[in-house]
Amino acid sequence: MFEILRYGAPVALAACGETLGQRAGVLNIGLEGTMLSSAYAGAIVAIRTQNPWLGLVAGVIVGVVFALLNALFVVKLASDQVVVGTAINLFSLGLTGTLYRAEFGKSGTLLKVPMIPALAPGIDFVTVAMILAVPALTFILFKTKWGLLLRSAGEYPPATVSSGFDVIKIRTQAMLVAGAMAGLAGAYLSVGVSGSFAEGFTNGKGFIAIALVTFGRFRPIWVFAASMLVGAAELVQFWLQAKFGTANVPAEFFIALPYVVALLVLVILGKGTRSPGALGIPFRRNS
Amino acid sequence: MKRAIILAAGLLLILVLTLLAFGLPIGPSLQMLAKGAFDGEVGWGRTLARTTPLIFTGLGMVVAWRAGMYNIGGEGQYIFGGIFGATVAAVGQSLPPALLMILILISTVVGGALYSSLAIWLYISRGVQIVISTILLNFIAIQLLSFLVRGPLKAPGKFQLSQTLRLDDAVMLTRFSNKSDLHVGFFLSILAGLALWLYLFRSEGGLQIRIVGENARAAKAAGMNVAKIQWRAMAISGGLCGLAGGVEYLGISGAIDAGFAQQWGFYGIPVALLAGIHPAGVFGSGLYFGALFSGTQYMSRFGSGDQTLIFVIQGVAVLGHVLLNYYAKRKEVERV
Repeated sequence: MFEILRYGAPVALAACGETLGQRAGVLNIGLEGTMLSSAYAGAIVAIRTQNPWLGLVAGVIVGVVFALLNALFVVKLASDQVVVGTAINLFSLGLTGTLYRAEFGKSGTLLKVPMIPALAPGIDFVTVAMILAVPALTFILFKTKWGLLLRSAGEYPPATVSSGFDVIKIRTQAMLVAGAMAGLAGAYLSVGVSGSFAEGFTNGKGFIAIALVTFGRFRPIWVFAASMLVGAAELVQFWLQAKFGTANVPAEFFIALPYVVALLVLVILGKGTRSPGALGIPFRRNS
Repeated sequence: MKRAIILAAGLLLILVLTLLAFGLPIGPSLQMLAKGAFDGEVGWGRTLARTTPLIFTGLGMVVAWRAGMYNIGGEGQYIFGGIFGATVAAVGQSLPPALLMILILISTVVGGALYSSLAIWLYISRGVQIVISTILLNFIAIQLLSFLVRGPLKAPGKFQLSQTLRLDDAVMLTRFSNKSDLHVGFFLSILAGLALWLYLFRSEGGLQIRIVGENARAAKAAGMNVAKIQWRAMAISGGLCGLAGGVEYLGISGAIDAGFAQQWGFYGIPVALLAGIHPAGVFGSGLYFGALFSGTQYMSRFGSGDQTLIFVIQGVAVLGHVLLNYYAKRKEVERV
């Protein structure tokens, strides 16, 4: 049961952060790349210092740096969000790949990374933080002034401006929080869940997280629940593979399962979900 | 023209900076890249062979994006092209080679178009964003391919290799010399680019696509069938990506295995972006990345550095292009 939490936590963290970003009107396609770079940074720092906590911190820092870069382009310069996000993904893939191969040779060796200790089986600091983050984010989003501003920046930015607030500042702040959470999520993958790192390590988890935001109807609690469903699908995949082997049922089916689940749920629940009005639309100060 | 020169200089600068950032010697590295990419028949052949799938997938991205549909699913559509092509090849072994070749090429177009149609259907009828559905569909296609070449589509008799039947040379696209990888597919890609340009900028159907991409709401108000036009753009896009798979299959690999796609569908994205989302630009940016692939392949074999460098260059190049666009636009505004 708690294992689901551990497997779902990276996706849940990234998706909850992304919820904040999307509520503010920014679709971050670069989430996958951000998580990949943070996972690498987390693994390297944890190996070098033999301290997994520093690995987590490094992951968060990388997440924030990527968010700043992203915000500079999509918020400040009002560039296309999909274009910039794609560039961030490519950049991360190349950066981690090149550094990894320069350091550990060309073969796909799996690195051994020191892991953060568990508080109880399946529960550790990050999973606890994750659970606490859900009500915290819900409160921030729906009960605070900043949350209201954030939602208005994602719904109808001109109204935010005419009430005397700065859309660019609000969107940037939301992206920084989302970036920190994506960074934590990436680092947790290497120092919390698997204790290793390999090339292309995130394997689409960032993309799934983006999909889960729509799926969870832009509400942290539902996004969290959806993430757990995907975490469960991933766990079931390992469990079924161990139980039945890959002789009767092809392994590819299990590997594809989380993606199929994410897609199917979008198909079933897709209709009737209303996204924030200005999601994905760059805001220009003088237009 | 001035823009193209700035862009070319910028791309060279990014290349140098990337080499510098990873501590690779600039002079020797550039020399090696150039040697790998443009040295005689072998180098040019390799470069143009790498450029071919990039042009096809780049064109595929262009037509979808012109309709405002962010097709990120080139990879999945490429794979589905391959799957359809390999299926036709398996079924039609007894057909005359030339006929089989044409049937395979057509089936790859159909495969890609059907897979992209799935995404557009999800968008129109279920409201699932194209960006998200195409990304998820990519992952599913990769696993499906891996399953098929291990099972149903596996060449009979061979136990060790998980790959499809190897095609006869007579079915493959013609090569010009046995020294170089260059095949007829490259010229097909040029024809496809020309056709797409004519379609997008000289036909009514293309005009509709561009209008919908500019402002779907206005198009709807003007009485256009927006869903149908978006569908058409996505189907053409998927068809081109599928054909990229078909041409790679018939031009280079001759058989399909789990590593068939090699992310050519994915690379179509930076190619289209650097091309300014225009068919003509795709040739330039396709050639730039094609030469980089060819050059780094040579470099990683005989020197230092690695093919993953290309991703860094692609990422930075796209961001640089975004910046260039921003300042170009701002200047225009100031002048008015």
